[in-house]
Amino acid sequence: MMPRAKLKAQKVEAAEALLGALTLPTGGAWITKARTAAAARVASMGLPSKRDEYWRYTDPRRLTAPAAEAAKLHAADDEAPLFDGFDRLKLVFVDGVFDAQASDTLALSGVEICTLADAARTDLHWARDLFGALEARGQAPVERSLASLNTAHATQGLLIRVTATPPKPIALVYRRSEAAADAMVHHVIRVESGAEATLLENGPMAARFNQVTEIEIAASATLHPIRAQGRDHDRAGITHLFAKLGARAQQKSFNLSANGALIRNEAVIWLDGAEGSAHIAGATVGDGAFHHDDTVFVTHGAPRCESRQVFKKVLRRGAVGVFQGKILVDQIAQLTDGYQISQSLLLDEDAQFLAKPELEIYADDVKCSHGSTSGEIDQNQLFYLRARGVPEDRAKMLLVLAFLAEALEEIADPAYADDLRARLESWFKRRS
Amino acid sequence: MLEIKNLHCELEDDSEVKILKGLSLTINPGEVHAIMGPNGSGKSTLSYVLSGRDGYAVTDGSATLEGADLLAMEPEERAAAGLFLAFQYPVEIPGVGNMTFLRTAVNAQRKARGEEELSAGDFLKIIRAKAKELQIDADMLKRPVNVGFSGGEKKRNEILQMAMLEPKMCILDETDSGLDVDAMKLVSDGVNALRDAGRSFLVITHYQRLLNPIKPDVVHIMSEGRIIKTGGPELALEVEENGYADLLAEAAA
Ligand SMILES: Nc1ncnc2c1ncn2[C@@H]1O[C@H](COP(=O)(O)OP(=O)(O)OP(=O)(O)O)[C@@H](O)[C@H]1O
Ligand SMILES: [Mg+2]
Repeated sequence: MMPRAKLKAQKVEAAEALLGALTLPTGGAWITKARTAAAARVASMGLPSKRDEYWRYTDPRRLTAPAAEAAKLHAADDEAPLFDGFDRLKLVFVDGVFDAQASDTLALSGVEICTLADAARTDLHWARDLFGALEARGQAPVERSLASLNTAHATQGLLIRVTATPPKPIALVYRRSEAAADAMVHHVIRVESGAEATLLENGPMAARFNQVTEIEIAASATLHPIRAQGRDHDRAGITHLFAKLGARAQQKSFNLSANGALIRNEAVIWLDGAEGSAHIAGATVGDGAFHHDDTVFVTHGAPRCESRQVFKKVLRRGAVGVFQGKILVDQIAQLTDGYQISQSLLLDEDAQFLAKPELEIYADDVKCSHGSTSGEIDQNQLFYLRARGVPEDRAKMLLVLAFLAEALEEIADPAYADDLRARLESWFKRRS
Repeated sequence: MLEIKNLHCELEDDSEVKILKGLSLTINPGEVHAIMGPNGSGKSTLSYVLSGRDGYAVTDGSATLEGADLLAMEPEERAAAGLFLAFQYPVEIPGVGNMTFLRTAVNAQRKARGEEELSAGDFLKIIRAKAKELQIDADMLKRPVNVGFSGGEKKRNEILQMAMLEPKMCILDETDSGLDVDAMKLVSDGVNALRDAGRSFLVITHYQRLLNPIKPDVVHIMSEGRIIKTGGPELALEVEENGYADLLAEAAA
């Protein structure tokens, strides 16, 4: 094994090389300060390496390389885009760049929205307490330097402040145009006390993308982020969701990933106020050259909070699924209710699931459980369905959807879950 | 309807374990046959081999349904051809609703036979009526297939599936076991309601109590993978009174 000092030196060298080739975007005082600090974090932490414990199962090279690899553009016309049937505030990004023409006007009752580009030009902005701040907090106890890189260099994104419950969801739609676009998008969302909102995200962001979303959910406020990443096969990307929840705040986040050569989604959640509740769920379907990594870190920092992680992966033909999930319970977080389950359904012997569930508990009166399983289609169930006349492919699909159902059930509004389920069904139909 | 000739089977993974050893049986349209036999004689295995479960290798013999070679078909093709097995141990399928399961099965079979699929409305009407006859409530229809069902509920659910699928050849593997008196009546009424000149039954059972209301035309005694005696309903009464010892000794002689 490589000595630590040498590994660190290599990581820092790689970071310096990358930062040296980039110029810090210009902007107002508040953002320049945040960006400069973030760049310094990247320089001191270095870039992630396959030799890092936290990157043991996922090779970050495609994410840290100086340029994006081209990813074949997917013909999108064989399937209606997800969430199209919902009344929503639609905000469109093309190759990670906000497209005002294709978007609705940035006006929704109860919500203030402005682009990062516009906010960056101002000298003072409400987001200054959050932009890069949650990301910086998320650097301990584990480093996530690609998120700092994003804070330093992202010029695209939306700053959304929800002051009162809006009448419809805020929907971010990602589209691609260039085969080798490299996107960095940074969103900041603050939901004020008592307000409730849903954030929808769907579509492929770019050939390569680095997305950071910083979320603050104030006391008794609710945010449900629902995201679907798909269907471009060659794409590579990393996303970070940093969320800080106040007392009695609630979040039910869900992510669906279909295909993708290399995707890592990190979720870093702090339950800072008593009686907060954070659910983080995901369903993943991978076929062939597919590597999907869910890395979750939930910190219970206040008493009587609840957290649930439910991740389900269906993998075949060499697809790899990774789950690293941690529940950290601080000493003051008595009466914590923490739950974590990660399960994979391997449709053949070439598929692989790597899981690292972790609990770290410093309070003495808590209820925490975690479990991880890897299994195949149940032959008795399959035979039962076939003996009733259901053809094998369809029977397998029913069983696969049944397996994923537990994750989809985590979605607060079943209407979105239905849309996602239909999407999964067509994914399987294309393959049978 | 069903013609089984000299059927031999062994375990696929262990050819030392031979289960069916030359079983022959003919069931004509409209007939009800019963098979009785000691534990482990191969009754369930026969039902699995006929319905196409993996794990058994047929080494000799044949089985045809209305002249079609059953053994050459996939399980779903056998079902579409009209074969139905009420499982001795109905399988639980978490995450798949009972109703969805049944509608998928009914329509898959109709499609395979080139018939029009049932609309959601028609299906609902039919299943509600049939479920009511079997005293299966709306909640049981909504729940995942067999999950959390009691033993008796699972068996009634099998009969509901049979009623919905309207098969030609029904095999019931110990559908009577684990049923209380009332449930037994529901099940036998359910079976009798389906009796028809064009439909045949093979009822595997250990007890006379299901055979009383169903009244089989023919009773077979099975032992060590073979039919050792065939007779009328009186044969079942003989087993009920005296057990298998005499019959087995007679066959061995
Ligand atoms: N998959 C299997 N693996 C191993 N042995 C098997 C398997 N299937 C059947 N057998 C064996 O074959 C024999 C016949 O089993 P089967 O279940 O068909 O008996 P049965 O007549 O239905 O018994 P019961 O009255 O108890 O239901 C038994 O000895 C059983 O252990
Ligand atoms: Mg049996």
